[in-house]
Amino acid sequence: MDGISGDLNAPHSMGTTIIGVTYNGGVVLGADSRTSTGMYVANRASDKITQLTDNVYLCRSGSAADSQIVSDYVRHFLHQHTIQLGQPSTVKVAANLVRLLAYNNKNMLQTGMIVGGWDKYEGGKIYGIPLGGTILEQPFTIGGSGSTYLYGFFDQVWKEGMTQDEAEKLVVKAVSLAIARDGASGGVVRTVTINKDGVTRKFYPGDTLPLWHEELEPKDSMLDMLSSASPEPMGFDAFALLTTSNKQLPAVVLATNHYCVQNAPILLFHSITASGQEIITWDVQLSPY
Amino acid sequence: MNVADSSPAPAMNNLLASNADSQRTLYPYVTGTSVVGIKYKDGILLAADMGGSYGSTLRYKTVERLKSVGKHSIIGASGEISDFQEIMRYLDELILYDNMWDDGNSLGPKEVHNYLTRVMYNRRNKFNPLWNSLVLGGVKNGQKYLGTVNMIGVHYEDDHVATGFGNHLARPILRDEWHENLTFEEGVKLLEKCMRVLLYRDRSAVNKLQIARITQDGVKVFPPYSLKTFWNFNAFQNPTVGAEGSW
Repeated sequence: MDGISGDLNAPHSMGTTIIGVTYNGGVVLGADSRTSTGMYVANRASDKITQLTDNVYLCRSGSAADSQIVSDYVRHFLHQHTIQLGQPSTVKVAANLVRLLAYNNKNMLQTGMIVGGWDKYEGGKIYGIPLGGTILEQPFTIGGSGSTYLYGFFDQVWKEGMTQDEAEKLVVKAVSLAIARDGASGGVVRTVTINKDGVTRKFYPGDTLPLWHEELEPKDSMLDMLSSASPEPMGFDAFALLTTSNKQLPAVVLATNHYCVQNAPILLFHSITASGQEIITWDVQLSPY
Repeated sequence: MNVADSSPAPAMNNLLASNADSQRTLYPYVTGTSVVGIKYKDGILLAADMGGSYGSTLRYKTVERLKSVGKHSIIGASGEISDFQEIMRYLDELILYDNMWDDGNSLGPKEVHNYLTRVMYNRRNKFNPLWNSLVLGGVKNGQKYLGTVNMIGVHYEDDHVATGFGNHLARPILRDEWHENLTFEEGVKLLEKCMRVLLYRDRSAVNKLQIARITQDGVKVFPPYSLKTFWNFNAFQNPTVGAEGSW
C-alpha cells in the first residue's frame, strides 16, 4: 500500500471556508461542511456555525478541538453576562470575549474565527479573529484554508448595503467557488442569517450549487449516457435530429458522436434527403467537454 | 532499452550538499488520487477521477489518468502526474520496439506489468522512485489479467485492485459485492458505487471521472462525466441541535 492514504491519527482539522458579510439590516454567516483527519473526510456534513447567544453566532476554522473549546467557554461567559446585564449581549462583547481567549492562549491555539450577530445598538456586525487574537471589525471577512481562493472574487464583487437576498446569494456562491478548488473544503453550504427578526438557518446541498469551470452536470450513472444512444458496434453514440425538409435540405440528420481519448469529439453528420437517396457526410470539430 | 537515468556532469555549486540529493524525487507535486479496477465477464474495467491536486488545491480537473497500452492493456495511475507521463513514454517505447519486431507477437498485460514492476523496483533501489501507484489490466487470448504495482515495487494481481484511498474505501465494497461474471452494466454500477464513496470521503477527489474498458475486442476509454451525490439525510440538516459547539 502507498503512504498517501492519510494519517488517521492526525488531529481533526476543519480545513474549511468560512465567510461573514454584513448587509442592510443584519449579517449572513456561511461555511462549508467538511471536517478532515489528514486526507480522510471524517465528517462530510459538519456544522461549523455555532451559536454563542440567541443573536450572536461563531464561524469556526482550523483545529476543531481548539475552536470548540473556545466557543464553549465564550458561550458560558456570555450566558452569565446576559443574566447580569438583564438583556441580550452585544456582538462586540461576544467578539471581545473570543479575542481574549484567542490572544491570551495564542501559543497553544490554532483556530481562526468569525463572530457575527445583530444587536439593537449597532445592528448587524462582523468581527474577524484570526490566529494570534487580533480583532478587526469589518463589513465582510473570509477565513479558513478555502478563503485564499476568494480574495480576488470579493475584491471584485463586494459592495456595501446589499439586500438580504443579495448577501445570501453572494455567500453561497463564494463558499461554492472555494469548495471547487480547496481540497480541505467540501460538502454542503450552510448559512445563518441574523437580523432584528431573529435567526434563520439554511442548507444548500451540493446538487443545488452552480457548476464551475471544468465541472460537469452530475448523472446517476454512466449507463444513462450510453443507453440514451443506440448500441455502438463501432463505438459510436447516435441520435436523430429532424430538420426542415425541402428538396435541397436533408429531411433527417443523424449525428453520431465519437469520443476519442486523444482528440476532441468529432461530429459526423449523415443526412438523407426527402427523397431518401442522397447521403452527405461532413465533420465538425468541437471543443472537449 | 535501459531505464532512463539522467546524470548530467556533477555540479560544484554547493559542495557541502550531496549531488545525489538534487537527483532524487523527494516528494510529489501534482498528484492523482485513487484508481479502482475490477475483472468482469468480458474483461477489465478501470475507473479513476480526473483530478490533479497541487497540495491541497484542486488545481487541474481534466487529467486523463487512464490510458491504453498497446492492443491488450490499459493502465491507470495515481501519484505524481509527471512521473506517470514519463512512464507512458517508457511504455510507448516498449510497445514500439515490440511492434518493430513484426513477428506476430504482441506484449500482453502480464508482460507489461512485469516490465513496470522492474522499472519501479529498480528506481526505488536507487532512491529515486517514480512516485506512482499503478493499475495494469488487460485481456489476451481470452485470458483476463489485473495487477498493481507501486513506487516501492510492491506488486500483485487480483480480481479487484485499487490504489491509495481506494484500498481502504473501495476494496471492502468489492470484497462484498464483486463476483465472477459481472456484466458490463453491473461492473460500471459497482465501480460508480466505489467512486461515489471516494468522492464523499477522499479530500483530493474531484467530481469528474472516467471509466475504461478492455475486452478481447479492444480498448475503450469512455467520456468524462460527474456523479450525483446525496446530501438530504435528516441527520445532515441540523446536526448540532442539542449539542452546540459540536459538529
